[in-house]
Amino acid sequence: MGSRLSTRRICGLVGTLAVIGSASVNRFAWAADDVDAWLEAIRAVQPLGGNHEAAMAAGRHLRLASAAAVPRLLAGMDGANPLAQNWLRGIIQSVVQRAESAGQPIPLDELEKFLQDTSHAPRARRFAFDLLAARDATAPDRLIPGWLDDPSLELRRDAVSAEAGRARGLLDGGQSAEGVRALRRAFQAARDVDQVKAIAESLRNAKEKADIARHMGFLMDWYLIGPFDNRDKRGFDVAYPPESEFDAAKTYPGKEGVETHWIRHATSDDFGVVDLNTALAKHKGAIAYAFTEFLSNEDRPVELRLGCINGNKIWLNGQLLTSNHVYHASTFVDQYTGHGKLLKGRNTILLKIAQNEQTEQWAQNWKFQLRACDSIGTAVLSQDRASEQAASTPRLPIR
Amino acid sequence: MRFRWFILILVGVVGLATASSATGADWRRFRGPAFGIAEGAKAPVTWDAADGASKNIAWRADLPGRGPSSPIVVKDRVVVTASDGVNQDRLFVLCFDAPTGKELWRRSFWATGRTACHPTSANAAPTPVSDGERIFAFYSSNDLIALDLDGNLLWYRGLTHDFPKAGNDVGMSSSPAVLEGVVVVQIENQGDSFAAGIEGATGRTLWRIERAPQAAWTSPAVLESPPGGTPTVLLQSANGVTAHEIHTGTELWRIERACDLIPSPILQARRAFFVASDRLVAVDVGAEGKSAGPIWDSTRLRPGAASPMLVGERLYTVNRAGVLNCADAKTGELRWQFRLKGEFWSSPVIADQTMYLFNSDGEGLVVKLGDDAAELLATNRLGEHIQASPAFSENSIFLRSDQHLWRIAESAAAPTN
Repeated sequence: MGSRLSTRRICGLVGTLAVIGSASVNRFAWAADDVDAWLEAIRAVQPLGGNHEAAMAAGRHLRLASAAAVPRLLAGMDGANPLAQNWLRGIIQSVVQRAESAGQPIPLDELEKFLQDTSHAPRARRFAFDLLAARDATAPDRLIPGWLDDPSLELRRDAVSAEAGRARGLLDGGQSAEGVRALRRAFQAARDVDQVKAIAESLRNAKEKADIARHMGFLMDWYLIGPFDNRDKRGFDVAYPPESEFDAAKTYPGKEGVETHWIRHATSDDFGVVDLNTALAKHKGAIAYAFTEFLSNEDRPVELRLGCINGNKIWLNGQLLTSNHVYHASTFVDQYTGHGKLLKGRNTILLKIAQNEQTEQWAQNWKFQLRACDSIGTAVLSQDRASEQAASTPRLPIR
Repeated sequence: MRFRWFILILVGVVGLATASSATGADWRRFRGPAFGIAEGAKAPVTWDAADGASKNIAWRADLPGRGPSSPIVVKDRVVVTASDGVNQDRLFVLCFDAPTGKELWRRSFWATGRTACHPTSANAAPTPVSDGERIFAFYSSNDLIALDLDGNLLWYRGLTHDFPKAGNDVGMSSSPAVLEGVVVVQIENQGDSFAAGIEGATGRTLWRIERAPQAAWTSPAVLESPPGGTPTVLLQSANGVTAHEIHTGTELWRIERACDLIPSPILQARRAFFVASDRLVAVDVGAEGKSAGPIWDSTRLRPGAASPMLVGERLYTVNRAGVLNCADAKTGELRWQFRLKGEFWSSPVIADQTMYLFNSDGEGLVVKLGDDAAELLATNRLGEHIQASPAFSENSIFLRSDQHLWRIAESAAAPTN
């Protein structure tokens, strides 16, 4: 740690001197404190245009920096909010263009060191790679294969693509055992849905198992209940009984007074899709609830990511994580994210899925898919989930 | 030797002068300065870029991503946006030298809002806008980027970062407008639905008004010389049209009526035209610009996706069946109809009594507009899918396809890249 800090301090000092060096060329009298202050001014931009005035003034100075300052400016993205990262990205692009117009070299070695340091912000590292790769044609082949487990999803994606390509080459060349091993490595590393899907297909074509649902952390076993009334979309904010209790044996008066009760439902879909029109029967102007338990061996943060073309809410242990009163505007994996905390032991997850009364053919779907994962999409699995489960095999008996 | 140098210099000077005059007029926003009318422009009638041809193709530049957004022209610079990446989360702003097609600069950013779009669209759906000194690039993800003409970032707003429910996973496409230093964005969707006036110089929000919680893709219309001296922006939403003073957002007038969600309105000093859910509506705007009432409406003039156009007292719309309608703007009386070939997402442009329409197949239809009839002058090929509307600048057409930005102009050399 000490060594890293000192390295960073040295980098910072070098960067400061680079900025100051440029300033002297540009007849500006900049002090190191000024540079720090300008970077902080950029990092302090807030939503709603907060701190724009100071950031704009800082940007006017920083874009005059020399190319040697680029790693320092990239490091300014560490821990910065997405708005500030974009401000810095814009400034760096001006610096690079101005430097190259003036014949200044871009510090490629420093960029490479920067992007290989995984303690830096993933986006900053990816941007460093883009700058490097545009000027060093050898960089992609040299660097990408080493990023299969990289915390930057953008860098990892390139490595997964390269490994999957290598695997297919091996398979095409008749080296099936090594090809499958490479496919497995790519599958394990993949976090983007399109890559997971494509590599799983390659594995299955090679007569190998590929459990997409487990790899991505889709929840497959549910209790379902409904319909409750959602005519005129008024049920979305009505707290029907399932929002305050779960008792699988209880029944409740549902839409138009019809008695409703919990049913068990397990999906075998690769992406965990639960079709309520099939599981509960087709209803319009209706609310359904889905309930499940999740066993965690520790207290930990978790992202519950929902794909749903209907209005929806997610609760974890009774805490509302996200609410989206949107109907029939597309659906896809990870469409909505609820940030929550799993507690050691049994946790409860409750979904509210609201269907409206649109009559168009494209507005009939009533379904959802939910997965549990960490911040980069790595599956977080319930401890009572089966250890091995191929998508093509029958699911475990419902609890 | 001296004579040779003289000739070279002369050729260079003439070339520069020609190139400059060719692209001198600005086209700073979606549909240009006059809602699709290119006053004084004289563009080619024929061109061909399909199957390796390059007739009247001055240049063609590669784009790093897709986008239905249209190019704009500011001081001999052509600016266009694009988006790319696995989730359409990489945003590009590109600037090209209008005469030569040389890329002057490109800037890229990360989207901060929702990036999901229908496969036929892209994050870079809204057309950027300029006040002549700054460029304001806007995206479906509600990222709003202010750059100077040299590509230096002035400020960056993430409006979904501000209002997390502002988004539409089908994609949004409303293009911003700018007037008197105020950038107006219209972000209408089922979540945080609003329109806002953003100070162009600082990115500060001047005003924000809530809109109906329903998706819309229409673009705000502004009027340079407003009645009563009140700078006005007109917003067409699902439940009607409202006119607002541009600096404060104060509502000047409204007409409540179910409206179409795609084609955009026209605003003139004493008139406005908007598209209701089943018809085109003409509106009389009071002398002070603070009241309005319908004059006439016509179901026969209802356009498809392309926005209506007005030249003098002639009103033009293209309906969903690809029929071009010409009507009397005073009465709504239909004068003639003319069947076109293809599907039109791109809004047409009229230059020199000639209409230029681009269908989705990349065909450019050139139609001479007469008092009593229309005549198809040419059907030109680009060979690429077209959704964007063209920008006109004097004798050039700037057009973007899925992969390229094009300049179409007479007597052009082969493409430059």
